[in-house]
Amino acid sequence: MNVLKTTLPYIISGISVGGQYALIAIGYTMVYGILRLINFAHGDVFMVAGLMMVYLAASLPLYLAIPLVILLTVLLGFTIERVAYKPLRTAPRMSVMISAIGVSYLLQNLALYITGGLNKNYPQIPWISDRISIFGMETSRVTVITPFLTIILVVVLVQLINHTKIGMAMRAVSRDFETSQLMGIQINRVISATFIIGTFLAAVGSILFFTNYPGVVPTSGAMPGLKAFVAAVFGGIGSIPGAVIGAFIIGVAESVIKGLDTILVVNGVISEQIGLATFSDAFTFVLLIIILVFKPTGLFGEKSTDKV
Amino acid sequence: MKKVLSLALALMMLFSLCSFSAYADNPVVKIGVFEPQSGDNGAGGKQEILGMQYAKHLTPTVEIDGTTYDVELVYADNASSNDKAPTAAQTLISNGVSLVLGSYGSGVSIAASDTFDAAGVPAIGVTCTNPQVTAGCDVYFRICFLDPFQGTVLANFAKNELNATKAYCLAKQGDDYSGGLCNYFIEAFGKDNCVYEQFPEGTSDYSTYITNAQNQGCNVFFSPVSTEAAAQIIAKADTQALGMPILAGDTWDSNVILQAAKGTNVKICVTTFYQEGANADFDAGIKAWINSDATAKANNGGNDELAAVTVMGYDAYYMALEALKAAGSTDPEKVLEVLPSVSYEGVTGKIAFDDIGDALRDSAFVKECNTETGVWDFVSVATVG
Repeated sequence: MNVLKTTLPYIISGISVGGQYALIAIGYTMVYGILRLINFAHGDVFMVAGLMMVYLAASLPLYLAIPLVILLTVLLGFTIERVAYKPLRTAPRMSVMISAIGVSYLLQNLALYITGGLNKNYPQIPWISDRISIFGMETSRVTVITPFLTIILVVVLVQLINHTKIGMAMRAVSRDFETSQLMGIQINRVISATFIIGTFLAAVGSILFFTNYPGVVPTSGAMPGLKAFVAAVFGGIGSIPGAVIGAFIIGVAESVIKGLDTILVVNGVISEQIGLATFSDAFTFVLLIIILVFKPTGLFGEKSTDKV
Repeated sequence: MKKVLSLALALMMLFSLCSFSAYADNPVVKIGVFEPQSGDNGAGGKQEILGMQYAKHLTPTVEIDGTTYDVELVYADNASSNDKAPTAAQTLISNGVSLVLGSYGSGVSIAASDTFDAAGVPAIGVTCTNPQVTAGCDVYFRICFLDPFQGTVLANFAKNELNATKAYCLAKQGDDYSGGLCNYFIEAFGKDNCVYEQFPEGTSDYSTYITNAQNQGCNVFFSPVSTEAAAQIIAKADTQALGMPILAGDTWDSNVILQAAKGTNVKICVTTFYQEGANADFDAGIKAWINSDATAKANNGGNDELAAVTVMGYDAYYMALEALKAAGSTDPEKVLEVLPSVSYEGVTGKIAFDDIGDALRDSAFVKECNTETGVWDFVSVATVG
């Protein structure tokens, strides 16, 4: 009982963090699936969504601010694709990637310019940021809601991809870019739709994430973005269920490692702290290296067949 | 056409390199401001600069050896990052500053000390409290108290006033300020009664550390980390019902903390350099100035609540003027020569240096955050003896 009581808070907070990573990871994995592009700006779009909320909530009521933030974020994702990636469609893949890195730094520095580098307090969203008590542990409601909301959104997304026309087009484009073009699929529409879905999920993720950890700085998107990317690779980049499962595994593992010392000490396994908490980030990236070495395609990744 | 355009662009870049200095009647003496204006400590750095700007607003000139000089503050952003600090320091030196003020945050000051040393430019640390800043560096001086002192004050406060028996200490990995202060706290509190943990750069989930403290049965939470992390820790401490007071050092004496703590159910105590209300005339003057200047108000977090670092920045500016007057020259070498013997009666008390270049200070203020009104309440003046 004691073991459960000391371990539970870590697992719950880990699942919650995992859910937030998952929402960002889907954006990475979908764009990669279709364009074979790692959209480095994705984490920063997430951060910009957070900042928009800070500024909009200051002048608008929340029931208007939340939809507006989601709408503007989607618009931002769409614009980035049109301005920075579309003109490079026929350029070598490396050029698009560099362009993505450029957009990432542009967004970070714009945010730095606007905020002056200072921490912005994220607005409290009533109800979801309320404090609740489950199994005798205190936490905010958003921690509990996040994983469920993530799973609902993923199920809807999978339905969309498997059962609608645009979903079918997406699957076709991810299989073979050129052939699907020849078959009459309007490639630009499909790519735009992908970016819109990806940034929509990032915006929702941003609301959940910053409600839970209420401070936005220009580099806020970097670490969650990087970890979500690791999650996407871990689960097999290009695969949506893979990204979600990878994100949950990384979220829980990270949280448990941070608390492992305490769990062991409290339960009498070891008598003194050994400083494991320090390695929580290192763990994430070691995991990435191990996966890449032993299973380059990730947990659910498809085998890539290079066509001659 | 393209060639003309690229030529024009190249010329524009070239011109921007040449600086056009404005003609002024008085000669100019340059004081370098080596402060973070972005990154983890951006908020604190900006508040420290505010004090210097206010002092310059009051006293824009200085008389050196019979000549009146206009003071110019030259800014360099060290971005709260140890690897950007030497470049920022070099920028100031290349600009020909006579001496340097700063920085907020000990790590950047330590990182830049070699650069200042090599150029022979004296630097006056304003609120960098780690002992290593001045130890082993001949050009670094400072006007604030040190971490061994502050750590001991906080440990005594935890033991005697808060009746704590077990402390949870949280520092940022690779951060000289929080790591150093935690070590001195642990030394004074007793190693066996402390749990010490570090979080890596870029952490946003502090809930696990709160849970760790609760699970280990601690009754005081000591985390002298940057204000950015502090805001997150306070929010989590509130939602997870931490159930123990949070203690921190001078960094937390900031309105960022007050804003984060307002309306929560968390007890926060900090040690600091200055208590608002100690000098009513000064308080009124600087508040009027902050309220009259929109940029200053934004840099102070949007209100006129005074941070101790602002007051320290104010005193540092006058200390610099005293040093220039005593040297009778704008030459960094001359300033460095006289600096050990300069003293000044500032708003935060009398400032003089010891052999190492540290300020001779023996008291700190302890304040508690009033979570209902969002202001600091004075608790006591603490000394170690």
